[in-house]
Order: sequence, then structure tokens, then C-alpha cells
Amino acid sequence: MSSLLVENPGWLTTVQDLGRPGFGALGVSPSGAADPVALQLGNLLVGNAAGAAALEMTLVGGRYLFPEGGVIALVGADFGATLNGQALEMWIPHAVRPGGTLELGLTRAGARCYLCIAGGIQVEQFLGSASTHLLSGLGGFAGRALRKGDVLQFGAPDQSIRRRKLSLRVREALKPRKCLRVTRGPQADWFSESATHDFFATTFRVSEDSDRLGLRLQCSSLALESPREMISEGVSLGAVQVTPSGQPIILFVEQQTAGGYPKIANVIGADLHSVGQLRPRDEITFAHISLEEARALWNAQQRLLNSGEELFA
Amino acid sequence: MEFRAASDQAMLVYLGEEIGLESHRRVFQLLRLLQEEPLAWVRNLQPAYSSLLVTFDPCAVDHQEVEATLRRYEESAEKMTLPPPRVLEIPVCYSDEFGPDLEEVAAAHNISPSRVIELHLSRSYRAYFLGFAPGFAYLGDLAAEIATPRLTTPRKKVAAGSVGIAGTQTAVYPFATPGGWRLIGRTPLAMFRKEREPMGLIAVGDEVRFRTITREEFAAWPPQ
Repeated sequence: MSSLLVENPGWLTTVQDLGRPGFGALGVSPSGAADPVALQLGNLLVGNAAGAAALEMTLVGGRYLFPEGGVIALVGADFGATLNGQALEMWIPHAVRPGGTLELGLTRAGARCYLCIAGGIQVEQFLGSASTHLLSGLGGFAGRALRKGDVLQFGAPDQSIRRRKLSLRVREALKPRKCLRVTRGPQADWFSESATHDFFATTFRVSEDSDRLGLRLQCSSLALESPREMISEGVSLGAVQVTPSGQPIILFVEQQTAGGYPKIANVIGADLHSVGQLRPRDEITFAHISLEEARALWNAQQRLLNSGEELFA
Repeated sequence: MEFRAASDQAMLVYLGEEIGLESHRRVFQLLRLLQEEPLAWVRNLQPAYSSLLVTFDPCAVDHQEVEATLRRYEESAEKMTLPPPRVLEIPVCYSDEFGPDLEEVAAAHNISPSRVIELHLSRSYRAYFLGFAPGFAYLGDLAAEIATPRLTTPRKKVAAGSVGIAGTQTAVYPFATPGGWRLIGRTPLAMFRKEREPMGLIAVGDEVRFRTITREEFAAWPPQ
């Protein structure tokens, strides 16, 4: 076991893995990494299982000390990282010498940067996952975001460091998008034809009031009228619900599990990692595709993530 | 049974059109059946008042196959005998201190706060489903005389154990979370603890009654 000392936790840094699906009947949402694609690639780069626990940093990175050293990879958004003062290339594994300090600044693009460490972050599992659920204070490191002075443990790496890099083709195929592809929501037919037309023709701005529970979208010119009252029902990840004030909200990884607002659309599985990289004030649009197309894109993404050595250049 | 795609990996199964025990029974039966005879491609089951959200592995099945399989389950689900509901009693200290909306709820219905408490205690409630946060059970139905809409602006933080009402539903907040339900009291019980088995105090299908306790009893309640 080696340790990691948090000298500065950045703005919001949590332990995340691929989440805990399967406990909806207990009211527990799956949680997990906001950009699961980056998390998986980062883990593979350092020789971990794809779903090992890592640190998810949000908008501002922070400073981390490795008293015993380690092997790390940074993936996701570029936070201008340095290791012992030297600029650190992302998407590639690095050996950190004992006493090494990793420092990250403000995001340059994207919302979340992942620090994957060979051996994986070790925390007590809650319902089979290391993922932090902030709303209920469960899972992860003490059920909360990291604080200055926290000491985290990580396991022994499975293998010695291998110099490898993701192929350009893979990076390109998995790049986050600003035009989110959606399928029809379960109440899509409740919205008028003109509201639906406007929804797809509008550029929305991500509100400051966005987090792991959901992303609120703003638009001055559009008021989607929520047509009628509905009985609360289970909500799927990436659902685009419309509140009575006409504001669309993309329900995200820490979403409440049921809700009573109509859903006009649902972000496709293959684009959910793109949602995790959206920052406040980013501008996005939606494009409609069929369920068949969405499933084909998801299957292709999964095949790519599971293609082993072909991922690397 | 009615089906509607929720996403490329989720299907909503509707088993009724209203909030009530009949819809609840059908949802609970299908949920129990899918828990007892699990399908390999089911990733998550989220029950609600009259529907079940089934999240599945899209690499294994498509929506047509999900629908066809669940239709085959429908008949066995209907025949499923449900165990009689577990009966739980939850102690609540009703007061202005713990229930900052008690006066307002009373005023909205032109009754006294003690009448609000009396009506809240007057019946047992069914746990229709859990959602919002781990262990948060939607309990119904409230006496019509105290049914009150949610706050227009939710509170940023509601204390754990707070008892709230919203529409014809009542619930206990298991954690200190934001919340828009009108608060009328608080329980000293821990509604969800990860160290406990089962973790949640209330499960789908339970019958819940409330019991009034004093401020002194609340303060003296043993930690759990």
C-alpha cells in the first residue's frame, strides 16, 4: 500500500469508479464517474482494471503529494498539470518518484480531470462501489469531497510501468461532443410540435447551477411549456426533463432516482461522458437519433473500450 | 402493461394510471418477480407509483426483446402472492422547532397545528417506493384535509429525520439534503445506515404509522 496526501483538494475532488447500478429499489442512484470513458482509459494506461477507483477533479485540480511515489496517468480535461514543477503530458503513464508533487490548475477545456493511479485508490466499498455519493454522504472517502490533509491509500500496481499512449484514432472517436445526441424522452409526445422544433434548433447554455445531480440549461428565447401534471416515475440517466418554468435539466450521475417532470429527450449512452465534460457557460445543442442508431453507437463505443492493445498507438 | 422507451438503455413499464394501492400492487409484484427470477441483462430496477423503470444492457437486448420478455413475465407477476406488509412505527416529535411549516400547513387548511398532527397520526401509510435519496420512502395517502403542495422554493438543507408532507404524500428525510416538502416534525431514528442490514428502515410495500413523542423523549433517544 502506498499513500497520497492531499495538500490542496481543488474545487471538488471525489473518489469515483463506474458506480453502483442495481439498487434503485433502495432509492440509491448509481453515481460513478461523470466521464466514465476517461476513467476507463486512464485506468488501462496505468495497468488497472478499467473500473478501478480514481480521483475525479472538477474545474480546479489541486495539489497532491506522493510520499512513496507511484505510477499515474491524467486523463479527461486539461488542467495544466505539473509534476515537481515540470509540465506533465496527459493520456500517458508517468512514474512519480517518492516525495513527488503533482499540481493542477484551472481547466483549459472540459470540466473533469481524472487522476488514475496504478493499483487503484483503496476505500471502503458501499454497495459494491468506491464511488462517492455526495448528496447522502455515502461511499468514496468518508462520503465526501476531499479536504486538505486527507491521506488516501492506493494498492500495489499489477505490473511495472509500460510506456504507452492511446492511439489518435481512439482519442478522436471518444472526444467529448458539444452537440449531444438524444433519443425521444418518454413524454416527448406531450410537447407541441413547435416546442420540439425549438428544442432541437436552440443553442443552450449550461448554467452555473449545475453539478453531478443535473445540468440546468439556459436559453433566453425558448420557453418549453410543461403541458400537464404527471405521476412521478423512475428517471433514466441523461434524461432531459423540463420544469414548469420551461427550463430543461439533464439528469446526471447523482440524480434523484424518480421525478415528476416530463422528459422531452434522453442523452444517448455513448454521449453521456460528453455531459461530464460540460462546464458552466458551455454552449450545447441537441440532435435527435433513433434508438437503433443510439444502440449501435453504444455498442461501438464499448467494443472500442474493450479492444485491449488496439487502444494504444 | 404499457411500454415506453425512456432512453437507449431503459424502458418504462406502466402498470396503472394513478397513485393507489392497485397500481402499487402490480408494480410491487413485477419488482418482486424480477428480483426473485433475475434476468441477466437487467442493470437496475426503479419502481414508482404506477411504473417500473427497467435499465438494461443494450449490448445484450433491444427494446423489443425487453418488452416481449416482460410481457411473458406479466402473467406470473399477477399471480405472485405478496407477503402481508411489514408494519413499522416511527416516533415523531411534532413541534415548531422541528417542523417549521407546521403553522403554515395548519393555516392553509384553517385548522389548528394540533389538528394537523392528529390527522397525520390518524392513519397508516403505504411505502409506495423509495427514491430521491437512499432510504427516502414515498408514503401515502395523507388525509385530504392536510394535503399541501410543496414549497415553491425548496430549502437548501433539511435536517436528517425531518418529516415532511407534499401533496397527498408524506416522507422522512434520511439525510441532510435540499428539500421542498413542508416540514411538520422530526424522528430520532436513523432512516438509512450503511452499517445496518437492511440499510434502509423502510422498504417498498411496508405499512408505516407515526407515533408522537415529546421533546424530552426525542432528546433522550438512544443513538443508533
